[in-house]
Amino acid sequence: MNDRSWPRIGVLAIQGDYAAHADALTECGAIPSLVKIGEDLRPDGRSLDGLVLPGGESTTMLKFLEKHQFFDVLKDYCETHPVFATCAGAILIAREVRHPAQRSLGVLDAVVERNAYGRQIDSTILQAETSLPGGPLEMVFIRAPRIAEVGPGVEVLARREGSAVLVRQGKILAATFHPELSVDRRVHKAFVKAVIEAIRK
Amino acid sequence: MAEINGNKALGSTGLRLKIGLAEMLKGGVIMDVMNVEQARIAEEAGATSVMALERVPAMIRAEGGVARMANPKLIKQIIETVSIPVMAKARIGHFAEAQILQELGVDFIDESEVLTPADEAHHIDKHAFTTPFVCGARNLGEALRRIAEGAAMIRTKGEAGTGDVVHAVKHMRQIVKEMKGLTVLSDQELYAAAKDLQAPYELVRMVAQSGKLPVPNFSAGGIATPADAALMMQLGAEAIFVGSGIFMKERATPLDVEHDSKEREEAVSRAKAIVIATTHYNDPKALAAASEQVTGTMKGLAAAAIEESQLLQTRGW
Repeated sequence: MNDRSWPRIGVLAIQGDYAAHADALTECGAIPSLVKIGEDLRPDGRSLDGLVLPGGESTTMLKFLEKHQFFDVLKDYCETHPVFATCAGAILIAREVRHPAQRSLGVLDAVVERNAYGRQIDSTILQAETSLPGGPLEMVFIRAPRIAEVGPGVEVLARREGSAVLVRQGKILAATFHPELSVDRRVHKAFVKAVIEAIRK
Repeated sequence: MAEINGNKALGSTGLRLKIGLAEMLKGGVIMDVMNVEQARIAEEAGATSVMALERVPAMIRAEGGVARMANPKLIKQIIETVSIPVMAKARIGHFAEAQILQELGVDFIDESEVLTPADEAHHIDKHAFTTPFVCGARNLGEALRRIAEGAAMIRTKGEAGTGDVVHAVKHMRQIVKEMKGLTVLSDQELYAAAKDLQAPYELVRMVAQSGKLPVPNFSAGGIATPADAALMMQLGAEAIFVGSGIFMKERATPLDVEHDSKEREEAVSRAKAIVIATTHYNDPKALAAASEQVTGTMKGLAAAAIEESQLLQTRGW
């Protein structure tokens, strides 16, 4: 086995703020690797240890997933590996997407509504309590989706006006805001830690 | 924090949210659309955003007259049609048009040289708005002056409406070269650099430290093919604007996407191919496949053949 103290974590790099995620992962002691096609999930024939689905436009990302069986390859990967999804990424992994309805990977037992808080003029930065240690967390919401429902296996780590904004389900972590755009690295650190734990199992 | 830093500081809440949306658009294609059907095609092809306008630059160039903000009715129809962010253009210095666009709920305002300028001395004070702004630039000084005024995104001006990428290349190379140049200067040399660039010292210092603009740097102005998009991305653009390149047939005639299925198919093929090329800009195999899909390209107009007085890029300063 290779030295796994530096986990290799992929960042879906079709479009969006994947570079910001890659920087955040580096700061947290992981080696980021950009994923543009299905084959990138297994560079050198070995699967990446985890994957980040970044913010951006979910409709654009979906167009690329619908080519060359990328959708199925990614779904398989997300069902078996640690995944961290933010904003558009959270839309991609949801069980159901509304407003408008669109196809999704269905690995997170949640119903997500797109653009549920309004347009860009309604984007906002909030401070809120979370289950993560270290006090209130800054949350950057950009044309954010809303998690309308979660299944029984989903742990809610933070809420905004009653709706879940940070959730965990097994190896999956999802946020409707953008931890990659804040200085506070607690969410990324929690994910990298989960990836390292999954490697050791 | 915003109160402490003031609204104009780069770390202020307002500006962070504006730059945040620009971050989300990286690696994607923003397409000019003139009606609801074109907006649908753009979204279906994978555009990250659409720019709602009444005439694309190629038509403005051919038809002449005063080019103004699009009719709010058209903008509202397009906002209602697509789920992706919608941009619209205001004339340089025309803050009342910008106020209207913000009121309509437009997600990004392009203070654009493509429209006829409304003020010969002043650009819009973009800090006064909640809606983010994108502005064109031909060089680093111009980019930093726009950022000082509150722009949350810079794009090369290129020469809009030509389908000739040469000036987009020139402007991107110029901006990248000037940024690289700043990184090797000593602290004391930066004051003189700021004077030469005619840009605020604080912003010049930020660029000198990071080697890049403090806001996302996109490309626009003459990008017409998948290869053009890949070229600009490889030169350092973080996303692509395509104006006349997708929906124009001849210089002043758009493809009829509403009634002619063959012409609609042509627009769809161009839009899809440019989206693929922007994501896979470093993969020649994917670029070849995307280029092969395209069934036609706008005729275009060589930028070198345009008289100086007819250039759009010299508007603004």
